[in-house]
Amino acid sequence: MENEPVVQVTGLVKRYGAKTAVNGLDLVVAAGAVTAVLGPNGAGKTTTIETCEGYRRPDTGTVRVLGLDPVADAERLRPRVGVMLQSGGVYSGARAEEMLRHMAGLHAHPLDVDALIERLGLGDCGRTTYRRLSGGQQQRLSLALAVVGRPELVFLDEPTAGLDPQARRSTWDLVRELRADGVSVVLTTHFMDEAETLADDVAIIDAGRVIAQGSPEELCRGGAENTLRFTGRPGLDLGSLLKALPDGCGAAEPLPGTYRITGSVDPQLLATVTSWCAQHGVMPDGISVERHTLEDVFLELTGKELRA
Amino acid sequence: MSAGTYTPRPGAAPLPRMIAAQTALETRMLLRNGEQLLLTVIIPTLLLVLFSAVDIVDTGAGESVDFLAPGILALAVMSTAFTGQAIATGFERRYGVLKRLGASPLPRWALMTAKTLSVLVTEVLQIVLLTAIAFALGWSPEGNPLSVLLLLVLGTAAFSGLGLLMAGTLKAEATLAAANLVFLLLLVGGGVIVPLDKFPDAVQSVLGLLPVSALSEGLRDVLQHGASMPWAQAGILAVWAVLGLGAAAKFFRWE
Repeated sequence: MENEPVVQVTGLVKRYGAKTAVNGLDLVVAAGAVTAVLGPNGAGKTTTIETCEGYRRPDTGTVRVLGLDPVADAERLRPRVGVMLQSGGVYSGARAEEMLRHMAGLHAHPLDVDALIERLGLGDCGRTTYRRLSGGQQQRLSLALAVVGRPELVFLDEPTAGLDPQARRSTWDLVRELRADGVSVVLTTHFMDEAETLADDVAIIDAGRVIAQGSPEELCRGGAENTLRFTGRPGLDLGSLLKALPDGCGAAEPLPGTYRITGSVDPQLLATVTSWCAQHGVMPDGISVERHTLEDVFLELTGKELRA
Repeated sequence: MSAGTYTPRPGAAPLPRMIAAQTALETRMLLRNGEQLLLTVIIPTLLLVLFSAVDIVDTGAGESVDFLAPGILALAVMSTAFTGQAIATGFERRYGVLKRLGASPLPRWALMTAKTLSVLVTEVLQIVLLTAIAFALGWSPEGNPLSVLLLLVLGTAAFSGLGLLMAGTLKAEATLAAANLVFLLLLVGGGVIVPLDKFPDAVQSVLGLLPVSALSEGLRDVLQHGASMPWAQAGILAVWAVLGLGAAAKFFRWE
């Protein structure tokens, strides 16, 4: 059971009229992990998630969640899965605490509602009706509604969209606590840093397909070379520097006195660069190594910027 | 919260408990909503008191409250089962409430059951209030309470079907406008406060087929004239119920 994927999507195609939202998407989500589905708006993230939640029927392809068909086995699946929609989902006249208690009451062994309210910092708006909550409070309530039933798996659709940095970190902490307690988490996001810091596994979606999947480290390593930067006296002999470097490295002086070495940056390369500088009487200043970020990987894979 | 707090322990609550909780929530939402109370309580009460006390409309022989009370009861049923339910459900659909509840352990049929129960609870409260006021105004009803009950249930089914059909197919704003307009038109042309025989014959026979006319005329036959069971009106309501609920079941969209 442990090793069985919690979500298995194979060849999913979903069209809305003439528009193909999801175009042959394959996705496997491991149990007990945080999986981020990353992509620009309109890439098919929400359609994919909502198909897993049983809201949409695949045009072709199969979707299995906890081994079940989200549409045919909906009644068995629903108590085991927590859902956070991108927006809405609460009676506009319902109070925050009232709605959370109600959702808790639909489950057999819910979380302690008071503690959850406290945990998500909703204590001072428990009596406030949903329509009067701020956007961030609505988001946190929606998150609380997704986890209150003690699900095995939660789907969070853009859980931190519109949150201030503090609320965002608090949401991230909760996601980590869920994972630590054995809950599998699938979240969609268009924030690179969110995927990078939070996810064990990232699936990059573009134009309705998964174009890369792996841990953030794997994706960054596999994507491109790293960069080492330093500043020094302008006009250093780049030819001589290149000769000292291993094959396949590049050296450039994009601005006078600013140097950029590209290649597989490891301690040995760093030592080579500094000793070359020592031989040439150069004091390298501000040495920095830039790891490639998911942002770079995404840009390379899709040719697009991912905008928040 | 300490480690292990979120350890999965999924499970649905027992169905009766879910339905009871959902019914209570739906009823609270309705009673908390000012516009809904205006429709379901204040307007029927005002009409009953005003038209009983002041001779605005010629209601025929006998006490005007004996004519008005059955019509106002029909109006109360329509205001809750049709207008109120259509508007509330329309906005629940618009705000993703129906969608979100669709991902909860509560099955859809149980949600609809809870909605129906909530309508019935509200109707009981309305009927208790309006009946008390009617008695205070000198109402002396006749007839078989079971016939009254059957008509009220059939009327509720007919109006619920139409209300849900509207809520599940139109935009929320369109539902809001249309439900209020229909309420107003049926209030005037449905035999609620204006006797149908005030209208020309041809119009009368068409108006008589409206669900609110069938309900108010049926209730009047029993409560004012002591008829045992107005089968024609019950039949009209049953047809509306089958058509409305059938169409709602077929065309209702949850999102």
